[in-house]
Amino acid sequence: MYTITSAEFIAPDVKLFHIKAPYIAQKHQAGQFVILRVHDNGERIPITIAESDPDKGEIAIIVQGIGRTTKELNMKEAGDHLQDLVGPLGTPTHIEKWGRVVIVSGGVGTAEALPIARAMKKAGNHVTSIIGARTKDLVIAEKLMEELCDEVLITTDDGSYGIKGLVTTALEPMINSDTPPQMVLAVGPLPMMSAVAEMTRPHNIKTVVSLNTIMIDGTGMCGGCRATVGGETVFVCVDGPEFDAHQVDFAELRQRGSMYHQQERQSLDQFLERCKLESASSEDTTK
Amino acid sequence: MSTEPNKANTLTPKERMRIPRQDMPEQDPNVRNRNFDEVNLGFDADTAVQEGLRCLQCKKPLCIDGCPVKIKIPEFIQLIVERDFPGAAAKIKEDNSLPAVCGRVCPQETQCEATCVVGNRFRPVAIGHLERFVADHERESGKVQLPKKAKATGKKVAIVGSGPAGLACATDLVQWGHEVTVYEALHEYGGVLVYGIPEFRLPKKILGAEIDNLRNMGVNFVKNFIIGKTMTVDELMGQEGYDAVFVGTGAGLPWFMNIPGENLNGVYSANEFLTRVNLMKANNFPQSDTPIKIADTVVVFGGGNTAMDAVRTAKRLGAERAIIVYRRSEEEMPARDEEIKHAKEEGIEFMLLTAPTKMLDDGKGWVKGVECLKMELGEPDQSGRRRPMPIEGSEFTIDADLAVVAIGNGSNPLLAKTTPGLKINRWGNIIADAETGRTSKKGVFAGGDIVTGGATVILAMGAGRQAAAAMHEYLETGEWVEIDG
Ligand SMILES: Cc1cc2nc3c(=O)[nH]c(=O)nc-3n(C[C@H](O)[C@H](O)[C@H](O)COP(=O)(O)OP(=O)(O)OC[C@H]3O[C@@H](n4cnc5c(N)ncnc54)[C@H](O)[C@@H]3O)c2cc1C
Ligand code: SF4
Ligand code: FES
Repeated sequence: MYTITSAEFIAPDVKLFHIKAPYIAQKHQAGQFVILRVHDNGERIPITIAESDPDKGEIAIIVQGIGRTTKELNMKEAGDHLQDLVGPLGTPTHIEKWGRVVIVSGGVGTAEALPIARAMKKAGNHVTSIIGARTKDLVIAEKLMEELCDEVLITTDDGSYGIKGLVTTALEPMINSDTPPQMVLAVGPLPMMSAVAEMTRPHNIKTVVSLNTIMIDGTGMCGGCRATVGGETVFVCVDGPEFDAHQVDFAELRQRGSMYHQQERQSLDQFLERCKLESASSEDTTK
Repeated sequence: MSTEPNKANTLTPKERMRIPRQDMPEQDPNVRNRNFDEVNLGFDADTAVQEGLRCLQCKKPLCIDGCPVKIKIPEFIQLIVERDFPGAAAKIKEDNSLPAVCGRVCPQETQCEATCVVGNRFRPVAIGHLERFVADHERESGKVQLPKKAKATGKKVAIVGSGPAGLACATDLVQWGHEVTVYEALHEYGGVLVYGIPEFRLPKKILGAEIDNLRNMGVNFVKNFIIGKTMTVDELMGQEGYDAVFVGTGAGLPWFMNIPGENLNGVYSANEFLTRVNLMKANNFPQSDTPIKIADTVVVFGGGNTAMDAVRTAKRLGAERAIIVYRRSEEEMPARDEEIKHAKEEGIEFMLLTAPTKMLDDGKGWVKGVECLKMELGEPDQSGRRRPMPIEGSEFTIDADLAVVAIGNGSNPLLAKTTPGLKINRWGNIIADAETGRTSKKGVFAGGDIVTGGATVILAMGAGRQAAAAMHEYLETGEWVEIDG
């Protein structure tokens, strides 16, 4: 059993968890993830490690409740347990002194970007963070990023906070400036990562994206996580999750990511239905 | 048709051989291809005794030569005939710690039953079915005898991987008084036995009972723990204080065919397809959360046990047509005879001498068919099997909405990559002495699929036991002999 030591919502449907996991905390490096199951009939889902504290023996993860498993996970509170937790998985981010580094993140990708920002800064880089969100409420980890980075820019689709537009709106002037970044790292939803890749491609700026495919084992055993990079099939869980953005076949990733849309919908509906019934019956008993 | 025990010893060889081989009772093919319950129902005691009487009790039993772990076959069969079933179980367990598993999944027709002399003129003694009977009888009687444990030696051993190699190694070492801990990457124990081989061939409760026995003998089990990620081998032997380590991490990395369209939706590796069902219970979706694509027509590429398991699983998930596509002929198929027979009875189609060249896209990113070529067999290749050669102009298409690639596995590099001093060969298999499992790193032993490449349960178990003996000697004497290479 893996104990949740704290749990709090940091944005609508976005929850920050600290979990007792001394071995994982000991070994975690930037860019790595865990695979967890919420309960015994649960699926195995990969989640990036946002933070680790080897002294306390804890890791932190940030979860956006989108599908059934993440919504169920977000109902967990401090003191609850996870069924399974294994890690740290994946190859750590390649950290070196590039000069100027821009880390672009969207959604809970910002959680994943935190340890990368920390490591890049420690390696002596000038680090700029661009955080994108649909709207102000959904911007997460801004404070933490500010502590770590030289500069933080926020973009919102609706202009309710920071720059109105997409992350590329903020990235574009940097790329065209006299001091363009030597390295861009993008972590977040696929359309965002592919837009960043397209923007840096003509400028030949080294760009890395962190892929978030469907996974089962996370050890290279099943091949369910495969993607095409530079015309070759890779297993994201062991060869990645980070790859050269200009080599990634994003169209295939989108297609593979949609493989279970129908079942995911069905599973979520069933879960929400059950939650409704349960809350209705608990209301009954309190009457 | 019960036979008096005292009659047993009076039968002549001729009389024994005149008894027909007893058939294994099975679920009806048209019922079982819609459920996941075990296909074989098992012998009852009388049938087992009757089958046991067919054994000639050879002075020089050739069957034993065919058994990779040298089970004392005529001896345990004699105990069956005498209706001393617990005695028979104990006899088998002197050489094989997982008889309930091996009785179900060993390729007996190429091992003990291939060399049984009765087979020269009649059908060989059903050694596998008898082994299974004895093990099931013991488990169901609730009186499993745990072997006596030697006095604690104070030595600590770590076993990496809970497949048959690791479990067999753990069984011996714990008996000899060592403190044994098994580390497993997944959330259940058993390796391929739990995530690969389906319920209808090896029910999970049987494996579970074996694991429980090991627990009762004092083996510690740690799941969700990847050696090479969560902790390294050097850390096990350093801060964690282990005196020796056995690596039984199995085959990993499924091979693909490198043909166009292989990453389309609806194309699975056999490992993924089977893991979704066996480990994650996708057949119960949405009661369990892991989904799997349900298809009308499923093609499975390959001719091994994995391919048979995948195609029969597909049928059970509801496929109208489930088809094996194999580039050689049935004779070359590596699968157990019984699996091929069962598959055919269940309505699986076989397209032999056929090789896929391309997966076809339905325009929405899903597979809608496979383009294939007909093959003919040419000269034998290194494996001794005749090499399939494409027949020009023989292209044709199979319509299918799901495809499973079951052509084998490479080796998983996770552990070797993080263990300095542990040598691997060019295929990524750990180099280990064939007799003792000693690797190039002091105190580290290895066996099973990670050393040999994809092989069999019994070979993995045999390797685990051989390594256990060598580890025991190393722990007692501290002497380490370097291996060549
Ligand atoms: C579908 C299928 C059907 C088969 N059918 C048959 C059959 O009928 N008869 C037969 O004889 N053989 C069969 N085989 C082959 C047989 O299952 C294997 O040869 C055998 O299981 C190998 O045993 P092993 O202990 O070496 O490895 P495995 O069974 O592969 O077990 C290795 C275990 O180690 C774990 N592991 C890996 N890396 C690490 C790590 N770094 N840290 C911790 N744990 C780790 C894995 O998760 C796994 O649980 C079949 C194989 C498959 C895939
Ligand atoms: S070879 Fe056949 S008949 Fe002879 S002892 Fe072995 S099982 Fe019995
Ligand atoms: S998740 Fe199974 S190989 Fe990557």
